[in-house]
Parts: sequence; C-alpha cells; structure tokens
Amino acid sequence: MQPFSAFSLLRRGLSGHRDWTPQWRRAAPRDSYDAVICGGGGHGLGTAYYLAAEHGLRRIAVLEKSWIGGGNTGRNTTIIRSNYLFDESAALYDHALKLWENLSQVLNYNVMFSPRGVLMLAHTVHDMQVFQRHIHANRANGVDNEWLSAAGAQAFCPPLNIRDMRYPVLGGALQRRGGTARHDAVAWGYARAADALGVDIIENCEVTGIRRDAAGAIAGVDTSRGPIRTPKLGVVAAGNTSPIMRMADITLPLESYPLQALVSEPVKPIFPCVVMSNTVHAYISQSDKGELVIGAGTDAYTSYTQRGGLHISTHALEAICELFPIFRRLRMLRSWGGIVDVTPDRSPIIAKTEVPGLYVNCGWGTGGFKATPGSAHVFAWTMAHDAPHPINAPFTVERFRDGHLIDEAAAAAVAH
Amino acid sequence: MRPPPPPWRTEGAPVLLITCPYCGERPEPEFVYGGQAHVARPQAAAGPVEWARFLYQRDNARGIHAERWRHTHGCGRFFNALRDTTTDHFVAVYRIGEPPPEAR
Repeated sequence: MQPFSAFSLLRRGLSGHRDWTPQWRRAAPRDSYDAVICGGGGHGLGTAYYLAAEHGLRRIAVLEKSWIGGGNTGRNTTIIRSNYLFDESAALYDHALKLWENLSQVLNYNVMFSPRGVLMLAHTVHDMQVFQRHIHANRANGVDNEWLSAAGAQAFCPPLNIRDMRYPVLGGALQRRGGTARHDAVAWGYARAADALGVDIIENCEVTGIRRDAAGAIAGVDTSRGPIRTPKLGVVAAGNTSPIMRMADITLPLESYPLQALVSEPVKPIFPCVVMSNTVHAYISQSDKGELVIGAGTDAYTSYTQRGGLHISTHALEAICELFPIFRRLRMLRSWGGIVDVTPDRSPIIAKTEVPGLYVNCGWGTGGFKATPGSAHVFAWTMAHDAPHPINAPFTVERFRDGHLIDEAAAAAVAH
Repeated sequence: MRPPPPPWRTEGAPVLLITCPYCGERPEPEFVYGGQAHVARPQAAAGPVEWARFLYQRDNARGIHAERWRHTHGCGRFFNALRDTTTDHFVAVYRIGEPPPEAR
C-alpha cells in the first residue's frame, strides 16, 4: 500500500501526479476463502478490514454485485450521531462514534469526519419532553447531548427560522460530537486498508446461491463468477438481505423500502451543522462541495427500485423551506433513492443464524451509515469468534420471538 | 401569499397510479399501504415461533408481491394487489377475500 502523507503528496506532485497506483487490486475470485463477505458497502468492507486487522484472518473475499460503495453507502446523507435512547443502542452507536473519531488515522485515508454538531429540533411540548428524556438517558450512558433554547438553536445555526412558521421551534437537542463524514471515502478507505492486508475485493460478482454441507453448515456460495468454497459467510447486503438469506432458507423480519435524498446546487459555506426535525420531517447539512444535502422519507410500500415517489421528496422540501426561508429559491440538483431494510423495532440485526457458519448484519433501516465502523467492528468479532461481541449480543434475530425488542422506532431522530 | 407554481413544475409529475377495484385509476397519495396480504393469524394456542412469524416475518419479495392497499382518500375500502417490487408495476388488483390471480 502506498501510504498517504504530506510528503508522498509533495513527492508525487513533483512528478506531475502520474505515478499513483490503484488503491486496491482488481481481484479475481479464488476457489476458496476462510471467510466471504457478501456485500461491498461500508459495513461489508469494514468487516473484512477488521477480520484481517484484528482477528488475523488472511484469506477473505468481499463479493459485490456491482461496484463497492454504490448502494446505500453512496446514497445516504452522511449524518453521524449516537444520541440513542436505549442502553443497547447507545452502546452500539457510541462505539461507532468513537471509532469515527480516529478512523482517518487508522486507515491512513481522509474520511473527512467532521464533528460539526447534530441539532434536533423540538416543535411541540411532546418533542421537548421526549428530547429531555433523551438527554438524561444519554448523559447516564456517557453520551453527550445538551438542550438549547430556541434562541440558542438559532445562534448555533443562524439560517434557522424559529418563529414565522406553522410549528415554531421551541428548542433543540444538540450532540456536539455528531456530524458528517465523506461517504465514498469510507468505502474506499476500508477497501484500500483491507486490500493491503490481503483481502480480495471482487466487484461485479453477484451471489446467486448458498451451498451447505450434509450437516447443513455453510460450504460456499455460487456467484455470477463461479462457485467459491468457504466455511464462514457474512451477509451484509442491506436492502437485498431478504432474497440472499432466502437462499439459505431463512426468512428474516425485514422489509425493504426506498429512502430518498437530494442535493441542491452548490453554494458558499452557509450551513454550519446538521439539523434534523422529526415533527416537520426534514434533515439537512451542507457538503464540503457546497451542496445542501437533504434527506426525505421512505415510501409507504416495499420496493427494490432505488427511486421514490415525488410527493415524498416534495414533502421534505416543504419542511426545509419553512425551517430555512433563505433556501426557498435554491434549485435541487440531483435526487436518488436507496433500498433500506427495516426491522419491526427499527434496530439492526447483527448475529449468528441457525445455519452454522452463516452470519448476518442487516436491518440498519434508515440510519446505517453512522454505525459503519462500529457495525463492522462487532460483526467481524462475531464472525471470528462464532459468538457475539458484548455490544451486539442484544441485536439477535431471536429477540422477535422472545419479545426482547430494542424498540427505538419512536425514538429515531426522524420517524420514517 | 406566493403565486402558484408554474405549470411546467406540476404537469406530468411522475406519480404512481393505482387502480382501485371500486373507483378506478387514482394517484398514489390517495392510498395507504397495508402491508403483505394473506398473512394468516395463528390459533391462540400457537407458540412464540408462530406468533413471531405472524407478527414480524414478511416475504419482502424481490419480484411479484401480494399486498393490501386502502383507498383512504376515496372509497375507504381495502383491496389486494399484485405488484412487481423491482419495477413498482401493478400486475393485478383484486378484492379482499378473493384468491390472488395468476401472476402474468
């Protein structure tokens, strides 16, 4: 791996930047691996990286049906926060946030993590009570979160309109450690670091079948580029998890919905933080390129189309125009959809399955990007030890049978 | 008051059209999605595995999906539909209580 530093930049600059080499190999599938990851998004590439870096596995493949980071990793609004209500969720998401804080140094790749603060707006008395409850629960779990008055919220985010609207802003909960990161760089950074440890990243390779031995355990996978033998298969396929797990005769409590996002034309730096509003349903930040990055909701029905209804994104823009009147004349540049796999309690599943050697990391729903390093880290642990890490032990499939739901559905920042 | 948006902003806007078996073709915002159809409720004496399957497990089909819709801002009635989840194309609609037609 060619290390990135100011010195290497200067040295290659002197030769006109012509001698950079590709950041990872274009690997062809081998006959067998010690572990195979199905899904080349941030969570899957990160899992491969931690399996190699922390658990000593060397023969690892990441299979991606198109190009890495082209699914939800490249389609989200890049918001990172950990102010979740329940102990299980706070532990998981704060584990991720702590890994974000030095991820660029660990990977030697600038993921542009920017802890610019995530402000969640309260518009009703109910919002205020819920947020106060969150703040106290977060403080008990060692997660920073603080209450701002309406004027304080406006001081923190000057473009914010707090009065002349149908649901005036009454205050907000601010997590200063939250922020954004560059989504593509997360996939590329993990891919480059994993590749340097010998991981084969195989693009344009779709899993078409799961092979099991006489005892029912995982024996390998069939792919569009031929069969591959492996004793351990980790499925990290987001919205396409259900069809893949069905190849192993497992039905999960998942439904896949399109979730939309859109960006405006780029403008000069004007928006200093991330703002989310559950009540009027909008979330917004500004990318380093200057585009306002705006998140809309999910469509009402299950779909695999990677696009959503126009009335869904229109609704989000109406809320943005109320909250930020100065953006009313901005034009939208691009919009797109990603397919998110939603569990009934809106918490993920990171677990072993009833099939020996088959592991699944799914159900991140509408908020998986923020968890990328933590999810990958504990899932790699789970695959390496054939047992869950203490942090992901509650996030089983069996919780739906046993009734131990981690019911953050009502506690999500923006209820989809 | 802001003036109404110019017609080029609203005409021909892509909206999913759904055929209600009672009212005919209407835009999607008139409807509410009702989830997977034909999910049978288990007997009261069923164990937790059956109840979890009824409450939480769904086919989440990639392809033809049998599902319920309600024409909430219309006749208010529930009906079933077959839809291809890879294209959002409605293959058939049929009334509650009827078996799903053969997918075409």
